Amino acid sequence: MYSKNIKSTCEKRSRSTGNLRYSYKRHLREKFIELLLLLAAFFSVLITFSIVFMLIKESITFFQHVSIWEFLTDRQWTPLFDDAHYGILPLVSGTVVSSAIALLVALPLGTTIAIYLSEFASYTVREIAKPFLELLGGIPTIVYGYFALLFVTPLLQIIIPDLPGFSLLSAGLVMGIMIIPYVSSMTEDAMRSVPMHLREGSYAMGATRFQTAIKVVMPAAFSGIAAAYILAISRAVGETMVVAIAAGMQPNLTWNPTEQAATITAYIVQVSLGDLPHGSIGYQTIFAAGLTLLLITLIFNILGHLLRKRYRETY
Amino acid sequence: MSDEKKLEELRLVIARHKFWDLIFLISGMLALMIAILTFIALFTQMLIDGAPRLSWDFFTSFPSRRPESAGILSAWVGTTLVMLVTAISAIPLGIAAGIYLEEYAPKNLFTELIEINVANLAGVPSIIYGLLALGLFVYQLGLGQSILAAGLTLALLILPIVIVATREAIRSIPIAIREGSYALGATKWETVADHLLPYSAPGILTGIIIGLARAIGETAPIITIGALTFIAFLPPSPIKSEFPFVSFEWLTAPFTVMPIQMFNWVSRPEEEFQFNAAAAGLVLVVMTLAMNALAIYLRYRMRKKIKW
Amino acid sequence: MVKNNLVEPEANSLFPTQYKSIVKNLNFYYGDFNALRNIDMVLHEKQVTALIGPSGCGKSTFLRCFNRMHDLYPGNRYEGEIILYPDNENILSSHVDPIEVRMRISMVFQKPNPFPKSIYENVAYGLKVRGIKQRAMLDEKVEDALRNAALWDEVKDRLNDLAFNLSGGQQQRLCIARALATDPEILLFDEPTSALDPIATASIEELIADLKNKVTILIVTHNMQQAARVSDYTAYMYLGQLIEFDTTDTIFIKPKNKQTEDYITGRFG
Repeated sequence: MYSKNIKSTCEKRSRSTGNLRYSYKRHLREKFIELLLLLAAFFSVLITFSIVFMLIKESITFFQHVSIWEFLTDRQWTPLFDDAHYGILPLVSGTVVSSAIALLVALPLGTTIAIYLSEFASYTVREIAKPFLELLGGIPTIVYGYFALLFVTPLLQIIIPDLPGFSLLSAGLVMGIMIIPYVSSMTEDAMRSVPMHLREGSYAMGATRFQTAIKVVMPAAFSGIAAAYILAISRAVGETMVVAIAAGMQPNLTWNPTEQAATITAYIVQVSLGDLPHGSIGYQTIFAAGLTLLLITLIFNILGHLLRKRYRETY
Repeated sequence: MSDEKKLEELRLVIARHKFWDLIFLISGMLALMIAILTFIALFTQMLIDGAPRLSWDFFTSFPSRRPESAGILSAWVGTTLVMLVTAISAIPLGIAAGIYLEEYAPKNLFTELIEINVANLAGVPSIIYGLLALGLFVYQLGLGQSILAAGLTLALLILPIVIVATREAIRSIPIAIREGSYALGATKWETVADHLLPYSAPGILTGIIIGLARAIGETAPIITIGALTFIAFLPPSPIKSEFPFVSFEWLTAPFTVMPIQMFNWVSRPEEEFQFNAAAAGLVLVVMTLAMNALAIYLRYRMRKKIKW
Repeated sequence: MVKNNLVEPEANSLFPTQYKSIVKNLNFYYGDFNALRNIDMVLHEKQVTALIGPSGCGKSTFLRCFNRMHDLYPGNRYEGEIILYPDNENILSSHVDPIEVRMRISMVFQKPNPFPKSIYENVAYGLKVRGIKQRAMLDEKVEDALRNAALWDEVKDRLNDLAFNLSGGQQQRLCIARALATDPEILLFDEPTSALDPIATASIEELIADLKNKVTILIVTHNMQQAARVSDYTAYMYLGQLIEFDTTDTIFIKPKNKQTEDYITGRFG
């Protein structure tokens, strides 16, 4: 393929030989193409701006009705009731509890799998396990939601008999399993980017694989692993369908995982399913909720991005 | 002899360390087993519930109030058309942006800004894209709850994936190839079009497939733009019998897609509808798994074939 | 090829030493590739032995047999024996734990490879791997090792600095200190100065000369002058075979083998 394409380049050039003068036509065409490509790249910035603009625009009208103080401190979220309350806390508590459960599952298991694959497993096991985990990560979240509601919840009800049909526990557990491939693949990438000669240095001192993994490889891959964890947090906080299906849609200020409670994302889904008129206060609430969500994930994303960049630069 | 005693101690220490090594080895395998077992449980559960519903009728029937005669016709047609819009808009834009960032962009603050931005976009929760689409496409641009609005929403969502895949594929081409082309008098764009793009095509394709597989399963942003969940009709056909033979009416038609149909059935209290959900889920999982497997296979072959 | 190239200690009254290790008929395979062929050699206790030869001759491969580094990668296979004294045990035997071998035989690599930890933690690593936790003992051993590696005066005020901040030569001396901290019986050097500038190289060579009072040293070097400067015995290897092994003086002044002579005099390699 390479030689064929080189030939086509040659042919193009030979057509335009004859003088060595600077070709304005060629130059102009190049500049034009570059401009088009630049616009395409700039489009991504445009998306970000429009996201931020849209969320802020609708939120501003929302906050003209509801003070930020009420939004942050009221302990009830009932915007669609006659006695409307606009406190984001119940949604935040649902989000925090379900994400915490998910992370309690995903971080230890994902890290263990990553260490196992990077430092212990044979080449064959790794070559089979990695694509498999990738496939797991590709399953649509709605399917995981179905699994949480109709498999995990009934299973948990055997152990905890008075667990309701919707619970943060069930949604969090499944969300955790869903995030495992995400954590393990990024952590493993970070660990494998640690150069072999560092490992050899440790082995040459008589260290075991486990000691080498814990004391040399993991500290060396620290920023990469931290980035993986932080991006996993952001992923859990922003996850929608699993919690919307399995954790219920009732805002509930609770820290008890065996209760049902809506998360920020589940609330947006709930409102979208109904038929709210454009421009009503109910319509604006989902943008205010969305803005809260974006701010939370943005902080984690930027942090994660900076850390990843740092470990890429180290090696 | 003290030397011998020291050696004894050393051997004890080693034995203890090896014990922990073994413990970890076992826990690593267990953790991997948990992931595998979950997948098997998920798949078996869906198979038990959904397989009996999978018949020719299921694919050729509209959703219905009666669970036993409901099907996914409007859903898979909708998914196909939405994906068409997504692919047509996201692929050229993503590849162009990737080329710019990798080959053209000067190292300055502006480029840095775009890069951070792309990385962050990839981490924005999908439901936020739904909110953007609701405000921008549905109301501001007046597209309504249409196939076009949904397709563009998902295009925005997978754009970062296409950009990152393009950049990585182009980056892996050694500098010598570029120099070889420039040395023959090619311009920058000719180098990109004649060499870099063809050689990075498998890598870019892999990224596109992964992106589309992700888009097929996305539910939240489609719900957010307020897509109806009960659609018992097909969008107008894109092919007409009279001149000009093609029609774009379908772009503005209301629609439903596979994950929405599944969500609708999951949230019904009747058990029969949940069997339908399982069947739809099965179709969805098989589709996404097949696409992801194709991408993994492509990447595997690429790694074997091309050794720069 | 010289059939029996074991140097009899009696024959060298200048170096009345004991054997630390005897290599008998060693073969090594990377998969199907026979990288070392029928090697017989000895290591004299508390002497420096150098391995020289052109690139790819197997000298690094041979060195890495001594601490079983090849066990880390699949498909590698040893045949023959490396007997370690005074245990009189074949360290290549499958009954022998490679981890114990590596605890007793330390190694310094071609490229300085300090861990991404503090200077102190780097030197203490081997001790901690052995389960030594008492702070006082660690402090003492770390200081000893750093002194022996001629690095103490340069780093004593910044033991908690990251090791990456040291210069290349300092990093390599740190790696030597790390290897020394655990009182190894043999110290393996794999081209320790190839990544260093001439001044740093000179200091490492000086260090090796000092260390030989304490420990048996086996060094792979690309540089013949270095072998001549630091070693007591020299082995010339070519294509996985040991061509000649003798005292360094003999090898460099009147080698018995034509191939060795060609290499030493620069006609080849």
